[in-house]
Amino acid sequence: MSTMLLQGGHLIDPARGLDAPADVVLRDGLVAEIAEPGRTKIGADETLKVKGLIVAPGFIDLHVHLREPGQTHKENIASGTAAAAAGGFTSVCAMPNTRPINDSPAVTRWMRDEERGAVVNVFPVAAATLGSLGEKLSDYRALKEAGAVALSDDGAPILDDQIMREALALAAKVGLVVIQHAEDTRLSHGNPMNEGVTSFKLGLRGQPAASEWQMVERDIRLTSQEGGRLHVAHVSAAKSLQMVRLGRASQVQVTAEVTPHHFLFTEESCSTYDTRYKMNPPLRSAADRAALLAALADGTIDAIATDHAPHALFEKEVEFEKAAFGITGLEIALAAAITELQHTGMISLSRVVELLSTNPAKIVGLSGRGTLAEGSIADVTIFDPKKRWSYEVEQTRSRSRNCPYGGMQFYGKALATIVGGRVVFNEL
Amino acid sequence: MKAKLRSLLGIEPLDSRQILDILSLAKRMNPARPRQTLRGRRIALLFYENSTRTRTSFEIAAKSLGASTVVIHATTASIEKGESLKDTGQTLQSIVDAIVMRHPSSGAPVLLSRLIDIPIINAGDGMHAHPSQALLDAFTIMNHKKSLKGLKIVTIGDIFHSRVARSDAHLFSKLGARVVFCGPDVLLPETARELAPGVEIVREMEEAIDGADVVMMLRVQQERLSGMQINVDEYVRRYQLTAAKLKLAKADAIVMHPGPMIRGMEMTDEVADCGQSVVLEQVLNGVKVRMAILAMLLGGKR
Repeated sequence: MSTMLLQGGHLIDPARGLDAPADVVLRDGLVAEIAEPGRTKIGADETLKVKGLIVAPGFIDLHVHLREPGQTHKENIASGTAAAAAGGFTSVCAMPNTRPINDSPAVTRWMRDEERGAVVNVFPVAAATLGSLGEKLSDYRALKEAGAVALSDDGAPILDDQIMREALALAAKVGLVVIQHAEDTRLSHGNPMNEGVTSFKLGLRGQPAASEWQMVERDIRLTSQEGGRLHVAHVSAAKSLQMVRLGRASQVQVTAEVTPHHFLFTEESCSTYDTRYKMNPPLRSAADRAALLAALADGTIDAIATDHAPHALFEKEVEFEKAAFGITGLEIALAAAITELQHTGMISLSRVVELLSTNPAKIVGLSGRGTLAEGSIADVTIFDPKKRWSYEVEQTRSRSRNCPYGGMQFYGKALATIVGGRVVFNEL
Repeated sequence: MKAKLRSLLGIEPLDSRQILDILSLAKRMNPARPRQTLRGRRIALLFYENSTRTRTSFEIAAKSLGASTVVIHATTASIEKGESLKDTGQTLQSIVDAIVMRHPSSGAPVLLSRLIDIPIINAGDGMHAHPSQALLDAFTIMNHKKSLKGLKIVTIGDIFHSRVARSDAHLFSKLGARVVFCGPDVLLPETARELAPGVEIVREMEEAIDGADVVMMLRVQQERLSGMQINVDEYVRRYQLTAAKLKLAKADAIVMHPGPMIRGMEMTDEVADCGQSVVLEQVLNGVKVRMAILAMLLGGKR
């Protein structure tokens, strides 16, 4: 079996409070040894020189759309995971809104099958209700056995209180987290952007922030009654964060993620009807964005997740109201976090790793991941936090290019991605 | 010097000089005295939404300049079959010189202008903009008031759904008028204040109209209300322009309406037909202003 030495890097492993120079030895798909520089005891067949670079537990994206089965003109598991690897992600949690919807152990297993050609670990998030119709719960126990790590009707939020109660209660029993895309569609009406000054100017109907935070408030209330764990997907509104804080203060087990685009942009980016800025939840006001940044710094937000949502050009190059919701993001998430959050002095590199690896692993309960403790799985992300680069969307590994990041200047780039001891992306 | 205007997508991107240039050119236009400025030019009138007034106005304007026109309705085979706006636009681009476009979706002309290279004239998009209407409104006001500077122009009714109100506000604001919006909360959100500099919101019609130079009435767009709770009797009581309310405006105030007007709803018969109403004048001015727009965008180059 091969043994690999990661030599001369700086190890950041927030799970163990480590932030220091260290050599790391990987063997048989596991972390075999962590030692002071030059002090490793295990001999290695192969050495990766990572001087000046950060060695971190592999990044885990809690929220991606890989579009397979069923919508492979947008993406497939092979292309989506290749993009993930290029962005430094060693694991992705794949949302169930595929065709068919992933509400069955058969689809869950099919997605995990080696035949799909995944480059990084794929952990399916299964539909919380059959067909994501919000009517009848899917078989949580069987889904968990098949490999699902969480339950969600992402994109088709569970509106019915009773069904949400049942989902939380059963998920708690089975030991899975419920991820809710918090949106009261009776208030948002599928409107194409945030309701505010910009939507008024553009003559577009808006989604009020209340359509999100009122649902977060309800979900937290139901979780406090039913027990179990709630994870709020892609928080976008300031008031939703208040709800999360209140929930935690009363001991409800609630976590939250934010996307790069919500902490990078505001609704004003929509002001030329550029559909690359159309996503759901929509980009919100400057005040909302400021609140997200503060919550990333103060710990209210637990994770950065991309909501990578690939779409073909013909689905985006249409009237703003008609265009598909969503934006790709796997390849720029780390760079966005470093550029916007760390480079500005708001948060430390260790906190960046916590948001991208340590916490996501805990939220979906991926044991042996999210840390580089000896004996844990050899999923490693090696990145250069200082590297200045410009994203070339034409070079993307994704099948789709629906994002505005092309040509944008960033700091921070993943240079090598190691999954189970195997290098799957290497720009060292 | 600013680059020559290529398309007319809205009022917001224009500066006051460009606006005044179009308005002064419009003064020299008259459909009763046709010109050959655009002889041999082909203009497509691409209408994804029904319109009699605007379409006819543009068609007469184009023909009065010697251009030939072709009207394409959304019910046209290719569009009904699901052809995208991009494909329709690219197809038209190879056979016409400009597209006058009406579309129910806000921003559609902006999208099309990014995808093709011929001039696009926005003839109304969703709730967003109706620049030729705003220009003809300004033209009409200037026929009566010389300049817009310092005028109090009050727009009353369904502001939220109105592309005319948005374009008017941008234009009136750029030319130095006070823009007062008046209407109920559901049809006039507080965010409307941020539309352009100098926009005010006054909820009570009597207060809004007090001392006004221009009273612009809007139609209640019942087809766009979709679920909003509007009590028609209550609306008429609070926001209908009656002769008594009109007395609160300046004695020489003019009454305008972008049409189509619903008598007994926005205004009484008495007001609609009174000497202060310039509604019919707006229609004739519409043709002149649209002639100026087409001549400005298409004239003098091949």
